[in-house]
Amino acid sequence: MPIGNPPSQFALGTTRRLAPSQRDAASIAPPTPMDRNPWANVRCYLSNRWLSALLCLLSLTTTALAEERFPPPDFRSGYTIPSTQLPLARAALWQYIDVAALAIALGLAAWLVLKKRSRRGVFILLIASLIYFGFYRKGCVCAIGSIQNVSYALFNPGYALPWAVAAFFLLPLVATLFFGRVFCSGVCPLGAIQDAVVWKPIQLPSWLDAGLGLLAYAYLGLAVLFAATGSDFVICQYDPFVAFFRLSGTAQMLFLGTVLLVAGLFVGRIYCRIFCPYGVLLRLIAPFAKWRVTITPDKCIDCRLCEQACPFGAIRQPTPPRVAPLCRRDRIRFVLCVVLVPALPLLLAFLGYRAGPSVAQVDPIVTLARIVHSAGHGPVTRTVHDQLEAFRQSGRTPEELYQQAAALQQRFATGTAWLGVWMGLVIALKLLTHTVRRRTPQYIADAGTCVSCARCYKLCPVEQQQRQLEANPAPV
Amino acid sequence: MAADNVDKNISRRDMLANAVRGAGLLALGGVLGAMVNRPARGETFWQIDPFKCIQCGKCATNCVLNPSAVKCTHAYSLCGYCDLCTGFFQAQPNGLNTGAENQLCPTAALKRRYVEDPYYEYTIDADLCIGCAKCVKGCSTFGNGSLQLQIDQERCVHCNWCSIAAACPSQAFSRVPAGQPYIIKTKTRTG
Repeated sequence: MPIGNPPSQFALGTTRRLAPSQRDAASIAPPTPMDRNPWANVRCYLSNRWLSALLCLLSLTTTALAEERFPPPDFRSGYTIPSTQLPLARAALWQYIDVAALAIALGLAAWLVLKKRSRRGVFILLIASLIYFGFYRKGCVCAIGSIQNVSYALFNPGYALPWAVAAFFLLPLVATLFFGRVFCSGVCPLGAIQDAVVWKPIQLPSWLDAGLGLLAYAYLGLAVLFAATGSDFVICQYDPFVAFFRLSGTAQMLFLGTVLLVAGLFVGRIYCRIFCPYGVLLRLIAPFAKWRVTITPDKCIDCRLCEQACPFGAIRQPTPPRVAPLCRRDRIRFVLCVVLVPALPLLLAFLGYRAGPSVAQVDPIVTLARIVHSAGHGPVTRTVHDQLEAFRQSGRTPEELYQQAAALQQRFATGTAWLGVWMGLVIALKLLTHTVRRRTPQYIADAGTCVSCARCYKLCPVEQQQRQLEANPAPV
Repeated sequence: MAADNVDKNISRRDMLANAVRGAGLLALGGVLGAMVNRPARGETFWQIDPFKCIQCGKCATNCVLNPSAVKCTHAYSLCGYCDLCTGFFQAQPNGLNTGAENQLCPTAALKRRYVEDPYYEYTIDADLCIGCAKCVKGCSTFGNGSLQLQIDQERCVHCNWCSIAAACPSQAFSRVPAGQPYIIKTKTRTG
C-alpha cells in the first residue's frame, strides 16, 4: 500500500471487518446496524469518482497478489474450511487406448487397401476413424498437429515431447514407409470428413494442382518455424474441421471449415492437397514405400476408367511415345532448371533473412516489445492496454524485454533464411522433375499424391472380371 | 506380379532399400525417443498462472468451448469470508444481500451462504461460471485474491495450442505437468 494515500487505507479499514480486535468486540456486543452495512460508512467518504480512482490506483499496485488483507477467521460454529474442487482430466490410460486405436486403424487400412482391395471396407474404416479420432477424441492431438510439438521439442530443450504425441507423429510415417499413404485413406479424421463429402469431383488442370500443392510446403515450413520459436501453433489455429469435431468453435474456424467442405464437394480433399503439412511429409516418403496401391491386379487395358474414378488427380497417364527429337528449347529449359536448383534457394534464403524481423511480429514477445517501446504513441486499444498493464505488473524492465525480442528476431531471421532454402529447393526440384520425362508404361497411381482411397479398384474392369471369376469359377 | 518374383532371393536393390528404410526409422525413432525422455517428461496440460493473470476477460470469449473451460476457482484457505465481499458485490450495492442487482457475477455462479456472524462462505457453481473474471478482479483488488481463474481440466479439450493462451495479454498460460494440473494460490506464495 503506497504511503500518503489515507483515503484508500481508511476505506480498507472500514471494509475490514475481520481484524482480530474488531472480531473480539463483535463477539461481546451485538453488531450495530453500522457494522452490518459497512458500505454505508464507505459511501460517506467515497463518491463514485473517488472509488473508481481508488480502484485504478489499487489495481496498479496489488492485483493478482495474494496479500491476505483479511486473515482467515477462526470459526466458532464448528465450520470447517472446504478444500478447493479440482476436477481431473480423463485418465492417462486413454492415451494408451488412443495410440493402440491408431496402430490398429493403420494396420486395418493397410490390409483393406493392399490385400482386401475393398473400397467399401476403407469407407467403413474412415467413418469409424472420423467418429473415434474426430468426434469422440475431438481431433486433438492429431498427426498433423504433432509436427509442431516435434519441432517445438527439437528447439526447446526444456519441453519434453509427450510419448503419445510422438507416437501420433511416428506411426503414420512408419505405415507410409511400408504401405503408402494408408493413413490418409482410412485413419486421418480430417481426410475422412473430406473423403466422405466428395460428390461431383472435377479434375483440376495439372499445372494448377501442382502449383497449389506448393502452398502445403510453405505451410509446413511456416508451421515448423513458428513452433520452433515457440510463437504459435498455426496448424492448430487454422485447423478447418476441428470446430465440427468439437461441435463448438470460433466463427473464423467454422467459416473456414464450411468453405473447405463445400469446395470439397467438387474438388476432392482440397485441404489434403493444398494445405496439409503432414501430407507433405507423407508425399515425400510414400515413393519409398515397400508396398503400395497398384490399380489393376493384371495387365492394364488402357480403358482410362481409373482416371475418372480418382477424384484427387493422382493417376499418372502412360507417357506417349516420343515423336520429335529433343529440340534446343528443351535443352535450354533443362539447363535453366538445373541452374535454379542452387540459385533459387540462395536467393530465397537472402530474401527470407531480410524478411525475418517482419515475420517475427507473429511472436507475442516481439509484439509486446514493440507495444512497450511505442507506449503512449499510437492508438491504445483494449488489448494493447491490457498488455501494457500486464507487463508493468510483471516487474520486468523494458530493457530485458527488448533484449529478449531482439534475440527472437535474430532467431526468426535464421529461421526464415532456412525457410527460403526449403522453398527454393522445393520449387526448383519441382520444376526440374517437370522438365525431365519420366517413363510411365501404363496407368498407375502416383506414389506421392495417391491417398490410397481404393476408388480405382472398384472401376477397374480387369479387377471386376477377376472377382467375378473368383466368385463363380467357370467350369473347366 | 507373382510371376516376376519366382526368385526367392532378395535382389541387391531391395536389400539396400530395406536397409535405408530401417536406418531412417531407427534415426527418427532415436531422435523422438531422446525428446520424449527429457527431465520434464510426461503429459502436459495448459493452466493459468493466477499470479500473472490480469483478469482481462478474454478467457470467457476466446476458449473453443462455449461456455469456456476456464472457471473461477476458490482457494478457500485464503478467503477472508468477508460479509462485504468485493468479488461478490457490485460497487455500491443496494444492500449486502443476494439480490440480483447487487451481484457482480453476470450468471449468478458465485453463491453466498451464511456461516456465522459476520462470516459468509462463497462457492462457485462451475456449470454457471463463464470465466469472465469479474469476481476475480473484485477479490484481487480489494480482498485477499482467493478467487482465481483456473482451467477446469475435466471440461478442457486439451487443444494442442490453447486458443486463450494465444490471446492472453499477460502470457499467463503455460503447460504444466499432468500430475499437478492446477496452480492454486496458497499463503506461502504471495507473488
